Order: sequence, then C-alpha cells, then structure tokens
Amino acid sequence: MSEPELDTPLRERAGQALHDTFLQAALTIATTKFIELRREAFGEFPEGEALRDRAKAIMEATLQRLDHYLERLIDNVERRGGRVHYAASAEEARAIVLDIARRTGARLAVKSKSMATEEIHLNEALQAAGVTPVETDLGEYIIQLAHERPSHIIAPAIHKTRGQIAELFTRELGREAPPDPEVLTRIARGELREKFLNADLGITGANFGVADTGTIVLVTNEGNGRMVTSLPRVHVAVMGVEKVVPSMTDLAVFLAILAKSATGQKLSVYTSLVNGPRRGGELEGPEEFHLVLLDSGRIRQLAGPLREALGCLRCGACLNVCPVYRQIGGHAYGYTYPGPIGILLTAMLNGPASVRDLAHASSLCGACAEACPVRIDIPRMLVELRREVGDVERIAPWAERFVFGAFGRLLRRPALYRMAARLGRLAQLPLVRRGMIRGLPLFFGEWTRTRDLPPVAARTFQERWRDLRREDGR
Amino acid sequence: MTPPARAALLITCLADVFYPEVGERIVRLLRRLGVEVDFPDGQTCCGLPLFNSGYHREAAEVARRTVAIFRDAEQVVVPSGSCAWMIKHEYPGLMRDAAEGTAAEQLAGRTHELSQFLVKRLGRRRFTSAVRGRITYHDSCHLLRGLHEAESPRALLRELTGGEFVELAGADECCGFGGSFSVRLPEVSTAILDKKLASVEASGADAVVACDAGCLMQMRGGLSRRGSRVRALHLAEVLEPPPEPGA
Repeated sequence: MSEPELDTPLRERAGQALHDTFLQAALTIATTKFIELRREAFGEFPEGEALRDRAKAIMEATLQRLDHYLERLIDNVERRGGRVHYAASAEEARAIVLDIARRTGARLAVKSKSMATEEIHLNEALQAAGVTPVETDLGEYIIQLAHERPSHIIAPAIHKTRGQIAELFTRELGREAPPDPEVLTRIARGELREKFLNADLGITGANFGVADTGTIVLVTNEGNGRMVTSLPRVHVAVMGVEKVVPSMTDLAVFLAILAKSATGQKLSVYTSLVNGPRRGGELEGPEEFHLVLLDSGRIRQLAGPLREALGCLRCGACLNVCPVYRQIGGHAYGYTYPGPIGILLTAMLNGPASVRDLAHASSLCGACAEACPVRIDIPRMLVELRREVGDVERIAPWAERFVFGAFGRLLRRPALYRMAARLGRLAQLPLVRRGMIRGLPLFFGEWTRTRDLPPVAARTFQERWRDLRREDGR
Repeated sequence: MTPPARAALLITCLADVFYPEVGERIVRLLRRLGVEVDFPDGQTCCGLPLFNSGYHREAAEVARRTVAIFRDAEQVVVPSGSCAWMIKHEYPGLMRDAAEGTAAEQLAGRTHELSQFLVKRLGRRRFTSAVRGRITYHDSCHLLRGLHEAESPRALLRELTGGEFVELAGADECCGFGGSFSVRLPEVSTAILDKKLASVEASGADAVVACDAGCLMQMRGGLSRRGSRVRALHLAEVLEPPPEPGA
C-alpha cells in the first residue's frame, strides 16, 4: 500500500517538521513529560531492572518456540468458541476482516486503539467496503477527525496542541469547542456513546495473547476497549504473531513494565482479558469472536537480522527519548511505526529498501536501547540495516558507496592518509577565517551551513610526534 | 593491579587532524604521571565511520590493521569514547578467524578511554584546573551508554583544584553529531545541537567538557557559529599536568 508522505524525501519531511512551531511545542512538552513519568515510575520500583531482564528472557524463550505457543494459543481460543484466522500479509488480513464484516452484515464498526490495524490500513478498506469505522480512543478519534495518521505509538495525537484540537472539533463536529481538555473529552465521549450502542462490529488489536488460556489482553486507559469488546455482536482482534506469551505468570511480568515504560503508570487503567465470545448464562459479550494472527514479514525475521525487534511491546518509550523523534515527530518517518523501533519494524514489514534513507535517521546515541523495557538493541540493528543497504544489497546511492569505498582505501594506506591531511591544509587556505572554516562548497556545505568546521591543523599530531618523542628526555 | 608504566596512544583521526593539541596534552600528562608513552606508527582511523554507515567490509580491513599496529602495546589510551567503544565492542566481531579474533579480544581488554585510564588504571583523580571558571560536562553517547561510564570524567572534574563543576541539564542527551548523520540530516543534527547548546549556556558554565572528539567538533562548530563565549574543551585540555616528579 502506498504511503502518501513518501513522495517527499525524508530530509524535506524532517525540515517541514522542524519548521512547524505547533508540532515543536507539542513534541517537546509531551516527550519531556513522558520521560519524567517513566523515570519516576521505575525510580519507585527497584525490582524493575530485574523484571526487564526477566521479560527479555521470556521473550527470547517464546520466540524460540513460537510455533508451539501459537498452536497452543489457537487451540485454546477455539476451545473457548473463538475463531482464529492466519494472515500471511496485510492484504490477507484486510480480506479476512472484510469477509467477517460482510458475512455479519456489519455497517458500523467501533475500534479500540490498535497499531496492527493501522499497519494494515484497515480503516480505508472498511470504508471502501461500506463499513464505517469509528476510532474510540480519544487520540485516535482526534486523528480520524483530522484525516491523519497516528504520529506516536501510544499517543497518536501527540503532535497536536489543545488549541488545534478545539478548532478541529468545532469544524468537524459543528459545535463550539473550547481548548479545554476536559470539555473536549466530554464532547468526544458524548459522540462516541451513540456509536458504541449502534455498532455491529468491534475491532481491536491485542497487546498480548496468552497461549495457556487463549486470552487476548488489551491494555488501555479510557475504558473504550471494554465497550468495543463487549457491546457489538462481533469482536475481531488483529494481533501480530509475535504478541503471544506462554502463560498468565509471564503476562504479569510484561504488565509490570509495560505501562511504566509507556506512560509512567504502575498499571494502565484498564487491563482487559478477553476470553472469547459470550457463553451460555453470560449477560455481556459478543456472539462471535475472531482472532486474526498477522504475519506480514514477522515470521521471516525469526531467522533474520531483526529478530530482536519482534520483542517490541509498542510502549513508545524509545520514541520519547530519541533525539531525532523529539525533533521531527512521527509523521516525518512516513510509515505506520515511527521512531527508532519504527525504522526496524518498517524494514521488517516492507523490506530493507524501504528504509534506505530512514536507516540513517538516527545518531545511534543509544537512548532507545536504554529506555526499551525489553532492552532491544535498536542501534545495533539500525547499523545492520545500513549494512544491508550499503554493503549487501547495494541500494545506497552509488556516490555514497564510492565515497565510503575511497575513504576505506585511504584509511588502509597511512601515507595516503597523511597526504590527504596535507592536501586539506592547502585546499582550506582561502577558507579559514579567524581559525575556523565558515563555508564550504558542495557536500561539505552540509556541515558549514549551520556550524563552523575546524581547519586541518598546521601540524597534525603525527607530524608533532617526532618533537614530542624527543621532549621525553629519557 | 599495579599502575601501568607504559601506554600507547591511539590518537584517532579527528584528534590527529583537527585537535593535535589534545594529543600533545595527553602525552605530557601521562609522562608527568610516570607513564612512558608510545605512538605506534601507521595510525589512521579506527573505522567507526565506515562501520556505522554500514560499510563493514571496509571497516573490517581498517580494524585488522589497527589490531596489528597495537599488537605489542601493553595498554592503549584513546581520547574518544566512541573510538574506544569501536575497538572494545566491534573489533572482535569483524575479524576473519580465531587467531585474529583472539588478538582483537586482547586489544579490547587493553584499550581504555582517557578518563577511565586515569581514574581506573592509574588511580589518579586530583588535578589542577588548566582553565579558569566554571566547567560543565557533556556525556558522549558511546562513553555513557556504550562503555557505561558516567563517573570517571565527573570524578576528575569535581575534584579539580581551582575549578568549579556544575552539572548540565540533559547532560546524557545526544549532541546531534552521530558521524555521517550530521551531514545526512544536517538540519535535524543542528536542531539537536541547538538544544544541547541552549542547555550549556543556561548552565552558566564557561566551558563544556567532553571526552569525544566528535561531540567536540559538533559543539565547537555550533558555539563558534553562534559567537558564544562558552568554550567546548576536551578533558585533556582542562587537566593541568602535575609538576615534574621530584621537582
């Protein structure tokens, strides 16, 4: 599926974001707040570090036997009266959901926040099939009204200020809305209540699927998840195949670190355990429950370079601490999943060519790996992607490959390296002003447009060493 | 562990070409501390720029020759956390066979970033400040999150005689350099830098110290462009070598 943002090159998309003053204000406030909240949450929780290690170990052990746990999950969901579908691709996943909608005669679908359904672009497909999807998470609701995509994994409307949201509500809902979060929430709540009552189809993602019990777990804060899973006749959950956890005990480990990493909460307000459709004697719950297991490039990575990224809990902690994300926000990345982990997930879902430029949208500062609740080594995999782009697949621009090839040869020949320093010294003569280079032509200008560059020293260290050695006096 | 009497300096390309005075100061400092300094011939660059951009075949060749150059060095001192990290973390994986791998592992074990060498190997943390005024410290990403070192440079700066150390708000946040990132997405790199420099200026410090030539190039470049009175200095530039032993 085409991503409209990608018609503009990454650097330009980033530039637009840097010039968007609303975005800059919103991003700084929100990410700073998230960072503080996360720090406080783990600060008050000394066992957190050990639990992160435990979570990583569980994740690795689960991936080792993913087939086994998936089979167990499928058996147990079916035992409880649910139906399980396997989607090899986004296209298949869409077709499965549309088929369920058609068969059940659904016209109105309410949705709980889900990145998996964003990933497969489900809303557009539903719309085209005559089913109206309504997002019921407040952030997603705002984004849907604005005809935009989420710009953060857990805070989809992070790029909007309250003033912008008030204007949006006024325009789209046709009623005066003040820039007051409480009033705006009340308005959305009123609008959504009616949708919940009339919807035929409830669509969610899944934070976890517990293999032992066949339970689908939803971690939410607004209570909309419960309405979506209990009011409509049919509930469809779309879940990435990597979201399976072996047991309820394992689930508890992940729950203990997920909300702390995401929002700094000890636990999210709602942790919904969905155990299939309504059974005899139960007053609530859907008549049908469907679980759509989504592969779409994930299984391939079990033996691939991005394997570790399969452990991502979608908490968004790596976005909040990423210096690049904090400057450009989520939309500039151009795909469903933004931020450092998003680059890896994009490559997983769309292949390495899709991140030719994105793989370089990181200073490799490592803050993401440090913040990740399951300690995914994101920088290492970004470098691995760069290797695929540059060294293996050779899809990096030829000029770049040429420059790095020449640089490599230079570094292997010390005489050539020393000569390059001397040449640089000559070439820079007309450019040095008050000890610094303030402007350079061509590619080098990318540095000097905003920063001064030190000139090549009058004598390099290597050239000074002969004197230094003599100075020793021993 | 007896303090080493001999160490080889791995100058790094940036310090060699742009900041040779940093290398000179390190040599003099170590000599005053009773360490004999070697400078093995034929040094170029550790290969990190190649590695981080994904050109691992080229990086491996550079790594192999660096391992060979430093084969006989008892201890290796590096003025940049990122280059020390490259040698300690990435070299072993870039070697072709077991023999090369062993040599790389051994080099990794003998390699130290300057502040770590001073504090942890030499056990020296009391120096006189070579600069006037208030000093703050920027954690370079590779030293902090790669080598897990936040304390050694701070110990040295806190105990400086004649210096006043202040913590920097957001000291652990990236300066935006990131090697080729700084020219691939220069606007983003500069926006990150601006935030860092705003914090440096708000700290009231006269100098910001870093233990990485990459961060220094970035911060100096930005400070110079905005005409700031604040200086960005390498750790070696603020540590005054002690008087001659016995003098």
